[in-house]
Amino acid sequence: MAPGLLWLLGLYGLPLLALVPLSLSQPLSRFGLETVFSGRVANYLEVLQAYGPILGRSLGYAVVATALGLLLAYPLAFAIRFRGGRWQPLLIGLVVLPSLSSYLVRAIAWTSLLGDGGPVLGLVAALGLTGPLDALGVLRDGRLLNTATAVILGLTNNLLPFLVLPLVVAMERIDPRLLEAAADLHAGPWRCFARVVWPLSRPGLAAGILLSLIPAAGDVVNPLFLGGPNERMIANTIENLLLVQMQAPRAAALTLVLMALITLAVLLQLRGRGLEELPLP
Amino acid sequence: MNRIGGLLLGLASALAYGLLYAPVVVMVLFSFNAPRGRFNLRWQGFTLENWRHPLRDAALNEAFLTSLGLALAAALLAVLLGGLMALALGRARLRGGRAIELLLALPLTNPEIVLATALLNLYVGVGLPRGPLTLVLSHSLFCLSYAALTLKARLAGFDPTLELAAQDLGAPPLQAFRRVTLPLLVPGLLAAALLSFSLSFDDYVVSSFTAGEIVTLPLYLAGAFQREISPQIQVLSTLVLLVSAALLVLASPSRQGRR
Repeated sequence: MAPGLLWLLGLYGLPLLALVPLSLSQPLSRFGLETVFSGRVANYLEVLQAYGPILGRSLGYAVVATALGLLLAYPLAFAIRFRGGRWQPLLIGLVVLPSLSSYLVRAIAWTSLLGDGGPVLGLVAALGLTGPLDALGVLRDGRLLNTATAVILGLTNNLLPFLVLPLVVAMERIDPRLLEAAADLHAGPWRCFARVVWPLSRPGLAAGILLSLIPAAGDVVNPLFLGGPNERMIANTIENLLLVQMQAPRAAALTLVLMALITLAVLLQLRGRGLEELPLP
Repeated sequence: MNRIGGLLLGLASALAYGLLYAPVVVMVLFSFNAPRGRFNLRWQGFTLENWRHPLRDAALNEAFLTSLGLALAAALLAVLLGGLMALALGRARLRGGRAIELLLALPLTNPEIVLATALLNLYVGVGLPRGPLTLVLSHSLFCLSYAALTLKARLAGFDPTLELAAQDLGAPPLQAFRRVTLPLLVPGLLAAALLSFSLSFDDYVVSSFTAGEIVTLPLYLAGAFQREISPQIQVLSTLVLLVSAALLVLASPSRQGRR
């Protein structure tokens, strides 16, 4: 116990607490990460003013990607659980397999798929959808790379397994006899779903949403590879503040704001239920 | 369910697998591409040339080996420390156990960038130069949370009377642990190690903050995206995927008997 606790406190607990005084400091010079504490609360106001829109955009992308993912993940989990039969382990393995390849390499592959002259834009053009999708803002000037669409697609690809797996686990706990009983009592298939499957899959749904939203909101790679300067997300901003602009106090303030928002979301999601409810691999 | 429901179910599932596999298929396909210019991002024509000498890109190989070593070290540390923590958390009615669990869960319930910022400021604060040591420390930390909590979940299903029975039959505590508890824990330890390994191997954010001059594979890939994407990147990634798939099959629950 002791060495692990030392690790956790020394490398996480204390450094996290140390971000608080850091966020109230100011840099000593423009060329180093050294700072001096000055109780500068204005850091928070400044970062909220300067990066509030980017923070909102990051959370927005994460929510849209998660919602899009759910539209696909819920039916897939349902199909794996209730239609998978003996293929179930294979179907689950196939959901996991893509995440075993580097997500940077997958982002690189997306640039081939979505780039000019790539298959996706070719298909869109063949269907005559270039104009309408442009008008809807899905494409920008007939392009997909460096748009919000591309970033959200990349995020959705990354988070899909995190949605599917908790849903399958939750649905596996549903006793098939409950469905038989509902059918015996003359509930139609849709009613069976609405009254039995949906309520019992809710814990998996909550777990999946948390597991997807958190990494998506803090993603660096997809906006960097698939988005342009207008699609940068909050983690890119923190990275830039810290590694390029050497503004450690502002980076710390922004990090703490992000952490507070996420922690609030987690607490709301858990609402007094214990840590056991926390989705874990 | 009626016909329309079934149709929608099939359509959504096909789309889901399509979205999951689109980039993977492109990755494998482009390992057979003959690119013109420095960026292997557009399909030009089929060739086996890239596979003839799959490991010819020396800088890429070096980054790959760096990541391999780092992931091994981080996984080993995480399983060792996490295993001990899980044992302690699972057994005694520990004072402050809940607080420790909360601390363990924090790195998982926050985006990686939070951890990365905290770690970078720690290293700057204590004057520890960024390099191999800070990289291993940082990776072992986020792996530790996953490892400890996975192992704790496995331990929850473990019957403590088994070890007591062994001791009743005259086995000294250490022997009881080695002969009874440890073999039962092996699948969980393996799962935690594999998870830690793959998390560390694929990590970009924490590495970019704490690596200093060291170039891990994800850092190399991010650099290559600006500089040159040689087809060897797709070749190596395909090889890694094949090995991962084999490991996945070996580690699958159906082979372990009981989870």
